[in-house]
Amino acid sequence: MTTDTQMAPAELGESIITIDGLNKWYGQFHVLKDIDLDVKRGERIVICGPSGSGKSTLIRCINRLETHQEGSIVVDGIELTDDTKHINDIRREVGMVFQHFNLFPHLTVLENCTLAPIWVRKTPKREAEELAMQYLERVKIPEQANKYPGQLSGGQQQRVAIARSLCMNPRVMLFDEPTSALDPEMIAEVLDVMVGLAEDGMTMLCVTHEMGFARKVANRVIFMDGGQIVEQNEPEEFFNNPQNDRTQLFLSQILQH
Amino acid sequence: MADVKTFVPAPDRAPPSSAVGPIAWIRDNLFGSIGSSIATLVFFYLFFSYVPPFVEWALINANWTGSDRSVCEANAAGACWTFINVRLEQILFGLYFASNPDELWRPTLIFILFFALLLPLLFEKTPGKKWLTIALLGVFPVVFYFVVYGGYFGISQSNTTQWGGFLLTFALAFVGILLALPIGILLALGRRSELPVIRSICVIYIEFWRGTPLITILFMASVMLPLFFPAGVEFDKVVRAMIGITLFQSAYTAEAVRGGLAAIPKGQSEAAMALGLGYWRRTVFITLPQALKISIPSIVNTFIALFKDTSLVSIIGLLDLLNMAQTTARSMEWKGYDIEAFLFAGFVYWAFCYGMSRYSQNLERKLDTNRRN
Ligand SMILES: Nc1ncnc2c1ncn2[C@@H]1O[C@H](COP(=O)(O)OP(=O)(O)OP(=O)(O)O)[C@@H](O)[C@H]1O
Ligand SMILES: [Mg+2]
Repeated sequence: MTTDTQMAPAELGESIITIDGLNKWYGQFHVLKDIDLDVKRGERIVICGPSGSGKSTLIRCINRLETHQEGSIVVDGIELTDDTKHINDIRREVGMVFQHFNLFPHLTVLENCTLAPIWVRKTPKREAEELAMQYLERVKIPEQANKYPGQLSGGQQQRVAIARSLCMNPRVMLFDEPTSALDPEMIAEVLDVMVGLAEDGMTMLCVTHEMGFARKVANRVIFMDGGQIVEQNEPEEFFNNPQNDRTQLFLSQILQH
Repeated sequence: MADVKTFVPAPDRAPPSSAVGPIAWIRDNLFGSIGSSIATLVFFYLFFSYVPPFVEWALINANWTGSDRSVCEANAAGACWTFINVRLEQILFGLYFASNPDELWRPTLIFILFFALLLPLLFEKTPGKKWLTIALLGVFPVVFYFVVYGGYFGISQSNTTQWGGFLLTFALAFVGILLALPIGILLALGRRSELPVIRSICVIYIEFWRGTPLITILFMASVMLPLFFPAGVEFDKVVRAMIGITLFQSAYTAEAVRGGLAAIPKGQSEAAMALGLGYWRRTVFITLPQALKISIPSIVNTFIALFKDTSLVSIIGLLDLLNMAQTTARSMEWKGYDIEAFLFAGFVYWAFCYGMSRYSQNLERKLDTNRRN
């Protein structure tokens, strides 16, 4: 990508996510090892690393799509436990965007966006629709509101997915490789929306290999390998002066082309 | 930018005459290969040796009028529809209503009401489909109870042991389908539950009823159900059959729905979870609608199978459409006209099952054209 100038540093507030000594296993397989991570309000973090290093698993632990076995995760002052009430309290404050969009194919774009506000936030339908239209406008597809997801391009679908999350007014947004299922010409339109979000001060955790985006937007880049956080730094330092040989290898591989 | 060629589309030409027209169609479709030619010839041979004589017997030479068998005996070369005509009330509504002409309006009204509610639902453009559906599934069964069973509002109570014919077939199938669908959905959800106790209960229930033939269940329902209730509680035979059928049918419906649920990608419920929707909302708004859409063909399949299987109630002494038709053909008056009886019963079954099948295809298409996925 081009040499974008970096955004102004975010004004960081108090911690919104605190992960302490997190360990997770899939059966015998130790997928996350002693993860410590503190995310401040307004912080924009990019997580990268080779395939299978546990990036998805880590961010899916934050809204408990995955359960962990050791350590603690505190989101917005609430600790994640088996208590379903707490889990749902956290999920409504944490938006998530998936690699494969996961829009609801039997609902229109507008219905996709209003479902959760109406049933989780108890927003009146009319109000929820106005809010949804606002966010659809923001992701630049208000004219598609009454179509079904299957009628949209991949890039449009991912923008709808972002709007759907934003309709819940989340405090944190998690992105799991939001552009890696997209054709090259559609990646930019999704990244543009994400840059816009960052400019507005959204707290973001983003698994991505779009290094241009990382340089431009991130306050901090985290490199994971083998279920561990190997290295983390400000983007400038991270890209120009990687400390760990794994990081160097990884960067040389993805920056080659 | 000097010499840019301009694209000129070549004009369309008509296809060569050998590729179009009826001759070409016949050649391509009926005699395209040796195998296809043989199949075509065999088909035409069979068709022309069996169908015309049947049409002649069943329609052209058939007896339609009259009030006793003498008409049919005089013209033995044709089918005796006179028999069906004379005994129609009994075959359709059973002995109770056939033998009480004053009460015939009751089943007649019910079927008129049923079709009046059903037919508008089959058309795309009908307004207020939601209310019609509620009326058909919620209000109609209640009306059925008060009108056909009776006992209130000065309508005399009918004797269910004398219910029969198509009315009985219809009542059993309708109740079976209506109750089995919600029970089946709950069972299917239970079978996928994360709670081991609920899951085991559902698995055991489904596998037990699926592994038992309906005929056995009906027999058990008739013999054993009374044993579970305190002495003195009289259980109507028809109600027993309905309970047996519902237990059986819900297991099959559950499996059909489970197939649909299993086909929904995990990402769907994950996305719903990530939005903070709880289990029931995820199920009602996201997974179940998609699963039901996928499983319409298999659910309707089980409906069709049930509709025909209701004839097994003869094992507990109930005379449904098929058995009623057969019984009338055994009466002294109409002895020997079994073929007509079976053909008529078969035709009624076919008409209903074909209707269900078409409706389900319709529904599938309608739910599908909306989206491209
Ligand atoms: N449900 C599961 N059961 C068992 N193992 C799993 C499961 N999900 C993931 N894994 C394993 O855990 C490891 C980490 O998976 P994860 O999806 O977090 O990796 P990732 O860093 O996101 O990789 P990618 O870049 O390919 O998405 C992988 O080796 C994967 O095979
Ligand atoms: Mg991943």
